[in-house]
Amino acid sequence: MLAYYLRLGLLSLRRNPVLTALMVLAIGVGVAASMTTYAVFRAVSANPLPDKSSRLFVPQIDPWGPQARLDGSDVPDALTYTDAMALMRDRRGARQTAIYPMSHTLIPDDVSREPFHVSGYAAYADFFPMFDAPFAYGSGWDRAQDDAHAAVVVISSQLNRQLFGGANSVGRTLRLDDHDYRIVGVMADWNPRPRFYDVNNDDAFNDPPDFILPFTQAVDTHTDTDGNDLCRGTTGREPGWDGWLRSGCAWVSFWVELPDGAAAAAYRSYLQGYAAEQTRAGRFHWPPNTALFDLTQWLRHEQVVPPATRISLLLSLGFFLVCLVNTVGLLLAKFMRRAGEIGVRRALGASRREIWLQFLAEAAMVGIAGGVAGLLLTGVGMVSVGLVFEPEIARLAHMSAGLIGLTLLCALVATVAAAFYPTWRAAHVQPAWQLKSH
Amino acid sequence: MDIQPILAALRHHKAGTMLIALQIALTLAIVCNSLFIIHQRLARMDEPSGVDEANVFVIQNLWGEQYSTQETLARIREDLATLRQVPGVQDVTPANQYPFKGGGWDNLITMTPDQRSSTTDASYFAGDEHFLDTLGVRLIAGRDFRPDEVQSRGMREKMIPTVAIVSKPLADKLYPHGDALGKSFYAMTSAPITVIGIVDVLQRSDVSTWSAPYAGESMVVPIRMAMSWGVYYIVRTKPGQLAAAMRAAPKALYAENRMRMIDAKDGVLSFAEVRRRAFERDRGMAVLMGIICVVLLAITAAGIVGLTSFWVGQRRRQIGVRRALGATHRDILGYFMTENLLISLAGVVIGVLLSFGLNAWLVTHFTLAALPLTYVVGGIVILLLLGQGAVFAPALRASRVPPIEATRPA
Repeated sequence: MLAYYLRLGLLSLRRNPVLTALMVLAIGVGVAASMTTYAVFRAVSANPLPDKSSRLFVPQIDPWGPQARLDGSDVPDALTYTDAMALMRDRRGARQTAIYPMSHTLIPDDVSREPFHVSGYAAYADFFPMFDAPFAYGSGWDRAQDDAHAAVVVISSQLNRQLFGGANSVGRTLRLDDHDYRIVGVMADWNPRPRFYDVNNDDAFNDPPDFILPFTQAVDTHTDTDGNDLCRGTTGREPGWDGWLRSGCAWVSFWVELPDGAAAAAYRSYLQGYAAEQTRAGRFHWPPNTALFDLTQWLRHEQVVPPATRISLLLSLGFFLVCLVNTVGLLLAKFMRRAGEIGVRRALGASRREIWLQFLAEAAMVGIAGGVAGLLLTGVGMVSVGLVFEPEIARLAHMSAGLIGLTLLCALVATVAAAFYPTWRAAHVQPAWQLKSH
Repeated sequence: MDIQPILAALRHHKAGTMLIALQIALTLAIVCNSLFIIHQRLARMDEPSGVDEANVFVIQNLWGEQYSTQETLARIREDLATLRQVPGVQDVTPANQYPFKGGGWDNLITMTPDQRSSTTDASYFAGDEHFLDTLGVRLIAGRDFRPDEVQSRGMREKMIPTVAIVSKPLADKLYPHGDALGKSFYAMTSAPITVIGIVDVLQRSDVSTWSAPYAGESMVVPIRMAMSWGVYYIVRTKPGQLAAAMRAAPKALYAENRMRMIDAKDGVLSFAEVRRRAFERDRGMAVLMGIICVVLLAITAAGIVGLTSFWVGQRRRQIGVRRALGATHRDILGYFMTENLLISLAGVVIGVLLSFGLNAWLVTHFTLAALPLTYVVGGIVILLLLGQGAVFAPALRASRVPPIEATRPA
């Protein structure tokens, strides 16, 4: 019987073509707007490392004291060089790395090629195993090379293609500005989005870094940070590179891997102890103020999802709601126009349940048609999403099987839900009245 | 028009009435909040930068080698000389940033060195004696930098500027009585900085929402900064020679010294392009909201047409009876128009509440400004007109129902 009702529903789409087209379009537009903005939202709010996110942490140590925050600003979202180096020395986590973004001029071996600009990170050996960075050739360096301030480098697959045509380049030399680095590893394509380990500095959705080299080496070559250098409350610092390193400027990102809750608790008390020691030593003039964020908390803290993305998702959902209210009204008109037909069916013995089934089936057909329209419009939305969002974010949104399914499902469920009231009205048509008025 | 019978009739199709009213209410809430957001975004895009935008372009020059501070300063001197030789170039200045660059350098401002919470925050431009002339910024009080005042400094060296030129909004924030000239302030420095000049408009380098409370507050210090990564050259051309100079400038720089990088795509930007990029996001948001508003209004109108047509169809017999009893075309038309007006008014009342509710929520979660009443009034007018427009066609059809309908069975 349901199949028959569905067929009837399909036929009835043609009965009031204008009304039906209105409904299908309203559902289609509503669902498409919601799906397009949802796809963008999902892309920017994704967990970049779902398997490990609960084990990766960012410590925060207040280097400026509460006086610097009287106007409502936050503890800086990076560490000072002094604090980062202290945490690196103590090695209280299973793995840890200090990180900062940097850029260099790459001088190709081939003199006929122009030098070009490359950007990357300074990090410690733990960076690669901690963040599950995959390698195409070779591997990262080890802790001994950190300590030796080794001139080694790991390059991206993209840079490897550009310089070496994608061949195994491990052991070859890379010239960055006026220093030579030995390539120890070539990463496979790897670009977690958002780029959680650098969200405090940059747009979190950029192209992957070209290279990663030892932090100790980068500091030796006096390579400046490409990221933020937060220097509030640090007037009167000493001049020069060493003065900057010793200053209260916060510019070093720090990540630590802690295998379980107990380790996290232990690390928290270690941080608190470290800050207390700084206060005792007279470096800090305030009670210890530290925090430890896990990866997802950190992304929230750094507001990685742009507010514009949230506002547009909300607007689209509000928009979808209006489309649904509209659908309820139009379905009511469509169903009640057939009060006579319902009266005849009821008089001939159809139960209310049958009427329910018939009209919900009809609504389902409208929903499916709306879903198909929505799918087409979502496709248009995906193409034109670049007009609305910045390109780095827009290109993250793409059609997937999941999204197609979700679009159809949303349209179907929403329409059937919207049909409940009109169907209830239809099922309660008084057969006697209808028959009498004919 | 007597509204008593209309109200009585509406009581018979409560559901449809409520649906239309609800739709109008939701549409009003979304439309007036969207229009407000659109206006706010567009208003930011039109702010004057203070720069002679038609004749200014910016070169982002990255060094191809690592230089000491002294070497960097020597390179900058050479480059400036080269750029001044380019045909069409009127003036050049090296800078750490420029208005609307996005991001950049800013310092907290205090009135005393040991003040606990800052007075404000200013975008921090390091420029030489050519800075104001090159940008075309208008000095409204005081004087420009003298060449002997300009210090040369490495990026990580201590900077102790003793004088500064500030934008009028900053001057007014620090000294509200308009007497900032000659007075001093602190910008995360241990020594006071004296205001020697005030410029009309000089927009900040960053365009993010966090700096909205400090809009337009900038300061220029007489420092030629040697940054390890490179430098921005701001170039002003003679009128009409911008395009030619933009093509010639990078070539001249490469000819002088190859060890540099000027990105082919982003390295040389006209100020028009700088402005476009700075507000790309705002424009996108405005476009999205605009599309949503238009489609939403269209759907609401379509919903009204659909439901009213249904009611007209349902009531053909009654209309026939009224016509037979002497009601004119105009009476029937008026009936449906008034009916819609009543429903719309009810919807608008709920909608006003929803609008302010939605706005209050946006204010707390996304730090938007409070919705001014004008937007709500505008939204009300739009929706009432939309309702009347949408109902007109079905109402007209109703008015053409012939009196003979009264004799036909429904």
